Amino acid sequence: MKISRKSTALAAGTVLALFYLSAIFAPVVAPSSYLTQNRAFPDEPPTAIHITIRRDGTTVLTRPYIGRYVLADIHSETYKEITTTRYPIEFFTHGKLLYVRGAPLHLLGTDALGRDYFSRLVYGGRISLFIGLIGAGISFALGIIIGTFSGYIGGIVDTSIMRLTEIMMSLPTFYLLLTLAVIIPPGVGSGTTFLLIIMILSFIGWAGFARVIRGMVLSLKERDFVNASKAYGDSTWGIIRKQLVPNLMSYTIVSITLSIPGYIISESALSMLGLGIREPDVSWGNMLSEATNVEALTTRPWILASGVCIVVTIICLNIVGDYLRSALDPHDRI
Amino acid sequence: MMLLKFIIKRLVMMIPVMLGITFISFVIISLAPGNILTSLKMNPYISQQTISMMEQAYGLNKPLIVRYGLWLWQVLHLNLGTSIYYHAPVLSLILSRAMNTLILSLSAIVVSWLLALPFGIMSGMREQSLFDRTAGVLNYIGISIPSFFLAFIMLLVAAKTGVLPTGGTTSPLYGLLSPADKVYDRFIHLIMPVTALAVPQIASYARLIRVNIIEVKRSEFVTAARARGVANSRVVSLHILKNALNPFITLAGYDFAGLLGGAALVETILNLQGLGTLLLKAVMSMDVFLIMGDVLIGAGMLLLGNLIADIALMTIDPRIKAQT
Repeated sequence: MKISRKSTALAAGTVLALFYLSAIFAPVVAPSSYLTQNRAFPDEPPTAIHITIRRDGTTVLTRPYIGRYVLADIHSETYKEITTTRYPIEFFTHGKLLYVRGAPLHLLGTDALGRDYFSRLVYGGRISLFIGLIGAGISFALGIIIGTFSGYIGGIVDTSIMRLTEIMMSLPTFYLLLTLAVIIPPGVGSGTTFLLIIMILSFIGWAGFARVIRGMVLSLKERDFVNASKAYGDSTWGIIRKQLVPNLMSYTIVSITLSIPGYIISESALSMLGLGIREPDVSWGNMLSEATNVEALTTRPWILASGVCIVVTIICLNIVGDYLRSALDPHDRI
Repeated sequence: MMLLKFIIKRLVMMIPVMLGITFISFVIISLAPGNILTSLKMNPYISQQTISMMEQAYGLNKPLIVRYGLWLWQVLHLNLGTSIYYHAPVLSLILSRAMNTLILSLSAIVVSWLLALPFGIMSGMREQSLFDRTAGVLNYIGISIPSFFLAFIMLLVAAKTGVLPTGGTTSPLYGLLSPADKVYDRFIHLIMPVTALAVPQIASYARLIRVNIIEVKRSEFVTAARARGVANSRVVSLHILKNALNPFITLAGYDFAGLLGGAALVETILNLQGLGTLLLKAVMSMDVFLIMGDVLIGAGMLLLGNLIADIALMTIDPRIKAQT
């Protein structure tokens, strides 16, 4: 049981690393840019990759190749694959992971504007994955600073901060998220939107965490090593930094991992509703907005790919987080 | 008597929280680029006279704190203002939608508890059995799949197979149906959104119930009861279940908040007429009074949910009764 848990966590970690790496190296992994439009080929199905050819009546293996797709009927957007000319797939040439000379490679087809869906997925991961990581990081940093401060100082400061967190936590999160989204001005660059969304998510997220940290600090500050530090004449800031925060670290690491999914979901929700990352920029959330159209969803189910990516990321983060929790906490055996 | 005092105390405590919530929302909305006036002035169908009238009534040119005061004064007179987008009083708009969202969220809560309880208890009582392990894996997946993705999957299945309607609160011909058919029509339209909302909840509840049961099962008073020769069925029902399940009554109240949020997303995907879709429209058209009204009602429902949960816990758990 123990070993299998460890290897599951390792596998989940590997998948996560793969996702984050492909987001970082998006220009290499994605066959084309996320902006390149090819309006002559809208809603193309995923390009089939062939590894066999017929030779002298038998089927033999060959190096992977693709055919070319032509629009058979422009109204129903049906495509026909022509494999008379074979276009072999090259690996790691022209600065790309996969490169095909002469024919377009659309691993997940194209969208209504003829943009390569897989490339958009890879670039979209940049926004979605990093908003989760940075958003969680910032609200935890805020939570640690405010929570330790509140718990250690106590008195009226503590009471007022705790009342504030109660109000923050009484707000229906999603309503607050939507309301906050109005402060993103339309027409600003993707960088600004990205930062604003992170600020919004951290603004919502810090309160719950600050309360937990405060509770932990309340019990920590009665412990002997804190008293000893006080007796040595350390300053309040020094005690917070050297004694309290290090003791909160293992909890923090686990909680960050387990809270990233919430941030990824919030970003996707905002962008899906058209309030977050906007076209032509891409995130996993705004790719999903296409899927709210029932007809598009049924004729091209692969437009849910970004949703699948979100789910896989969340499952992996949960597995890694749970493993870290039991690894760092000897009491947790259940 | 004690209970009444507690309820009054909690209701009084809700007042500053509600003030805080509405004030924060008011400040946020006023931070947004452009205000209600710019959108009004862009609308060619609204005369200059109406605009200056609204300016007067809501003090749109006055400082933030005055505007908030005016809004609050109107709210105290049960007037939530007029929606600019729908040209209708905010209160009636919200009332027409709140029912749908409440039905959806409450059904999701009921369904998740009905399913999570047997699963959680079975897993907890038979720790490490085949059932427990299978349920554990399923729970893991259930927790990790967000409601909105489930809604997409169900939408896809519904559209492909045609067994369920693809979204909407009712059929287009709802008004013509007989009362029995109306209930049925509502019911089949609820299946998809309720499933989408309930599955993650079932998974997380079942997981928590399991852990709690295992913890209580190992506690000393259970061993003591067994040593006294109390029958197994009595130990399970009275000693283990009762103590393990108490905390979940509060949880149900607090999760109401999460469900309201999740419901908003699912409402959008499945095209339901609820508070979530109303708020989305309001945010997109910068309909200030509609946003404020929606936030007010959402927060109110949330606080009431918490209060009801606390009252339920008080009546059940004698220890908490003793504290207050």
